[in-house]
Amino acid sequence: MKPITKSGALLHRVAEGGRTPVSFVLNGQPLKALAGDTVLTAVLTHGAQLRFSEFSGEARAGFCLMGACQDCWVATESGQRLRACGTFIEEGMRLVTGAEGPV
Amino acid sequence: MKLQAVIVGAGPAGVRAAQTLAAHGVRPVVVDEAPRWGGQIYRQPPPGFTRAKETLYGFEAARADAVHSAMAGILDKIDYRPDTLVWSAEGSQLDLLAQGQMRTLPYSHLIVATGATDRVLPFPGWTLPGVYTLGAAQVALKFQGCAIGSRVVFAGTGPLLYLIAYQYAKAGAKVAAVLDTASFAGKAAAAPAMLGQPALFAKGLYYLGWLRLHGIPVHQGVELTHATGDERVQAMHWRKAGREHHIDCDGVGFGYALRPETQLPDLLGCRFRYDTLQRGALPERDAAGRSSVTGVYLAGDGAGIMGADAAEWAGERAALALLADAGKTIDAARAASLESRLAGIASFRHGLERAFPFPAGWAAAAPDELVVCRCEEITAGELRRCVADTGAREMNRLKALTRVGMGRCQGRTCGVAAAEILAHACAAQPDAVGRLRGQSPIKPLPFSAIVAAAVKQEAA
Repeated sequence: MKPITKSGALLHRVAEGGRTPVSFVLNGQPLKALAGDTVLTAVLTHGAQLRFSEFSGEARAGFCLMGACQDCWVATESGQRLRACGTFIEEGMRLVTGAEGPV
Repeated sequence: MKLQAVIVGAGPAGVRAAQTLAAHGVRPVVVDEAPRWGGQIYRQPPPGFTRAKETLYGFEAARADAVHSAMAGILDKIDYRPDTLVWSAEGSQLDLLAQGQMRTLPYSHLIVATGATDRVLPFPGWTLPGVYTLGAAQVALKFQGCAIGSRVVFAGTGPLLYLIAYQYAKAGAKVAAVLDTASFAGKAAAAPAMLGQPALFAKGLYYLGWLRLHGIPVHQGVELTHATGDERVQAMHWRKAGREHHIDCDGVGFGYALRPETQLPDLLGCRFRYDTLQRGALPERDAAGRSSVTGVYLAGDGAGIMGADAAEWAGERAALALLADAGKTIDAARAASLESRLAGIASFRHGLERAFPFPAGWAAAAPDELVVCRCEEITAGELRRCVADTGAREMNRLKALTRVGMGRCQGRTCGVAAAEILAHACAAQPDAVGRLRGQSPIKPLPFSAIVAAAVKQEAA
């Protein structure tokens, strides 16, 4: 898997930067988000994918951001699946991209 | 029969419906998938965000605030259930999922105000990270304070296209280009019909003028050909007047106006009818919002795209119909006035369709390798081969044979495109290929919730 780097971020913050920082872990790497971020925002302000297609293996990073497309599922290290656009990031969340398995 | 009113959706239609019921002494249950009311158009940011409504909603700030305040004012008069998914409906009962728990909700009267999502006609490369719907681009900005890229292209057509480009540029995001598949000539021809709603028409012109004034390239009458990139989008390509063009970018927002979210009325057995203007099947409703199923009412964009203002009127009108049907006394003059306002929006809708027409040649131009269904990764070529090999001429047949529309999105994303490909492949009009039937669950359920429900049932 490619390293999750800031330069790889898909989303760019343009407002609301004054919120409380929240720590979470993505693929073993400790990262920061902001309170009120969705899991999708937390991940994609650092990286460029949430999951990988079961068919082509290609990276996906969500599409509709409103719960219709169901293309933003990510997993926690304990195997719980989250719809990234509809779940808020929480302190200490441990996420893994590309391991969410079939829904 | 005891009156148990349930409203699904807390956007402009759902909120006005709830307010109307509450004003008549009826306490509705309001079920909404979002954590806060407002729907998509007036979506509220999470607690702790500080931008003013003027910044978030622009010209619509007063309307957004009115809808938000209306709901805030009735919270003690309704049973409001946010973060709650309606995943199925049958026999006067809804199936809900909230906090990982499944439960049922019976109703005697139901108002469906489920809203709309972007109408998507894909191009090769649309599954690349960084390519989103226009609605998604707006959610990222409004709800999260984020832009979908540092150099964003907005593409497709519809009034949202210019609005979102404007909102991004206003927020300080770099808009690389606006690519509109509709021509300028079409917009000019549509102007007389649009003048019935001068404020809406003026706003459209304002956004376009503002973008031009700020040096943002706007190309009209284009054909979107593909997006390219290595593991994420890096360029958007289009054709205009026979010439190929491209522009470097790291984000693309696209869509072709909106499509209504009709899966609940479908599961409830509401009769549908093909609507030529909206190029798709819509649940039938009378002028008040009554569906073909007794006790089921339809309001807002979920019943047919009419916009947020009309959604407020339709929500109130449907609630008045519900009240009248339940034997309550209503203000008949108010009901008539709402109906006449709703009728008045129709000519404007015709104007919009002329200004931002559906790209009729899309299916013919779609290459075989185009992934139509992003859940199951079914290509246009596979759909065409299926039509050629099996003679399939109907959407549900095509779904059974190819799995198109069978994935997690249940056709919400690919349904429009698949129907266009099918119609084109069998040389039929889009109204002749049927419509994808809703299937329960309409959205994926976590396995843990299913197991928990099964265990509970076993114990009982």
